[in-house]
Amino acid sequence: MNATKYMNPYLAGFFLGLLLLATIYITGRGLGASGAVKSGVVSVVQAVTQAHTEQAKFYNEYLQEHENNPLKNWLVFEVIGVLIGAFISGLISNRLKFTLEHSPKIQVRTRVIAALFGGLLFGFGAQLGRGCTSGAALSGMAVLSTGGILTMMAIFGGAYMFAYFFRKLWI
Amino acid sequence: MGPLVPDLIGNELNFVVALFIGVAFGFILEQAGFSTSKKLVGLFYGYDFTVLRVFFTAGVTAMLGVIALGHFGLLDVSLIYINPTFLWSALIGGFIMGLGFVVGGFCPGTSFCAAAIGKIDAMIFIAGSFIGVLIFAEGYPLFEELYKAEYWGYARIFDTVGMSQGQFAFLLTTAALFVFWATTLVENKVNACLPAGREKSNPEFRPLKLYMGLTGIAFIIGFSAFFLPDVKEVYLKEVEDVSYVNSYKIKFMTVDELAFRILDNDKSIQIIDVRSLREFKKLSLPKSLSFSVNELFNKSVEKILTIKYKKNIFIADDELTSKRAAIIADKLGYVEPVFLKEGLSGFKKEILEFQMPSEIKSRRETDTFRFREKASREIPVLIEKNKNKIVPKKESKRAIGGC
Repeated sequence: MNATKYMNPYLAGFFLGLLLLATIYITGRGLGASGAVKSGVVSVVQAVTQAHTEQAKFYNEYLQEHENNPLKNWLVFEVIGVLIGAFISGLISNRLKFTLEHSPKIQVRTRVIAALFGGLLFGFGAQLGRGCTSGAALSGMAVLSTGGILTMMAIFGGAYMFAYFFRKLWI
Repeated sequence: MGPLVPDLIGNELNFVVALFIGVAFGFILEQAGFSTSKKLVGLFYGYDFTVLRVFFTAGVTAMLGVIALGHFGLLDVSLIYINPTFLWSALIGGFIMGLGFVVGGFCPGTSFCAAAIGKIDAMIFIAGSFIGVLIFAEGYPLFEELYKAEYWGYARIFDTVGMSQGQFAFLLTTAALFVFWATTLVENKVNACLPAGREKSNPEFRPLKLYMGLTGIAFIIGFSAFFLPDVKEVYLKEVEDVSYVNSYKIKFMTVDELAFRILDNDKSIQIIDVRSLREFKKLSLPKSLSFSVNELFNKSVEKILTIKYKKNIFIADDELTSKRAAIIADKLGYVEPVFLKEGLSGFKKEILEFQMPSEIKSRRETDTFRFREKASREIPVLIEKNKNKIVPKKESKRAIGGC
């Protein structure tokens, strides 16, 4: 069975916009993703070395905000939802499949290194920029936050700037 | 009035809400094609602008929606999370993310989405992002200065560039439409010379009527938000008209009744004092609360004015201002607001500073005057007692958000 076609991007965007609007109306906050990674990192570090999280400022601040339970975070629940929602969508559109996608011109090993390193940069950048494409750029645009829109321009601007150097990875 | 958290929806239930919102989020991202890195980086090489289309349509839709809801008094924008602006970390963080985007082919949200349908490269990307966050966390003392530099507060972009919100929103919407058109041209050109086999990525609009209809609705809501004056402006303007206020039918309370209820320690009334806070601190009736007329439009007041079995009595120095406040409360949908006839100045004159007249005309007047005489002795004592009990208002806080 072939995979179903993707939704019209404008229609998907419209739905995504309505969802974001509903999220703001109900909870007063926007969507996000990288914050869940942060929760994950803090909880792993806490489990491995309790003493370290009590000393280092970053963890300490985070744990104080979360009543010492780093996973009790709105974004953790939201991201669990994302996994479920995407899985359901993949299921009904016949796209569930274990694959490692890469351009035919590069080797699997190159793609693995690039994905790992890209994730590393994105994770780091999202901490520095206080949010990723969802939390800072998209949600920031919806509430017309200067910081959010600057981050959005920097993400897309940066990506266009660096795109040329990494073209071999994709085309 | 929104946001519904934390008053209508508790903080625990909010986690359940988060799960459902996440399900919808993941579903939409996957349906849009955000579960494959090929499609995601397409916009940086000109062969597939899906990401840009979805992203900007969503951003513009939500932005116009937030403006419209705020405009019609359905959402208290002062309570929603506005991403704070730290200039350098926003820009440098953004550049690093941009680099991560073209190298890794995902962003955090889309990597979760792709991992859920089995993309191994996405799972590796997620592992990478854990390491990235860990590096930031461990090196935090090194980055802290940059992280907190050039703080601009909860800046809004239209203020930063010196425009009105409406102007900026219009400009952004127009820019988005232009970009949609321009990128389609780029896409067609790039794909024309790509090897065969690459799928055409131009979106199809079928059924066309659905798209026309949705665009129409969006336009109507968007335009009405810009061209109709907002609720607050309209109400404040209406009550400026004295003849409008005079002809408005709304219940009142006389100074004697109010005095009686205060002496009676009547728990079913609630006095809303709309004078300035300074005047309120100088002299205020027992158990009265201080709110400015402007504050009546905020969500923080909603909780207080809707307490069950409490009659809200609006008072100001004069009767006209008292009635104005009550009318606004009535228009905002609060149940049976009442204003103080003769206002607080009348209350002072007739009750607090009561002087027994030398001539008494009727039996009824005798009773009234006797009551006022008693009230003029006892109420000041209550006022004095109450002075220490004036509690500061509980301010509603902005929602906490971000990543």
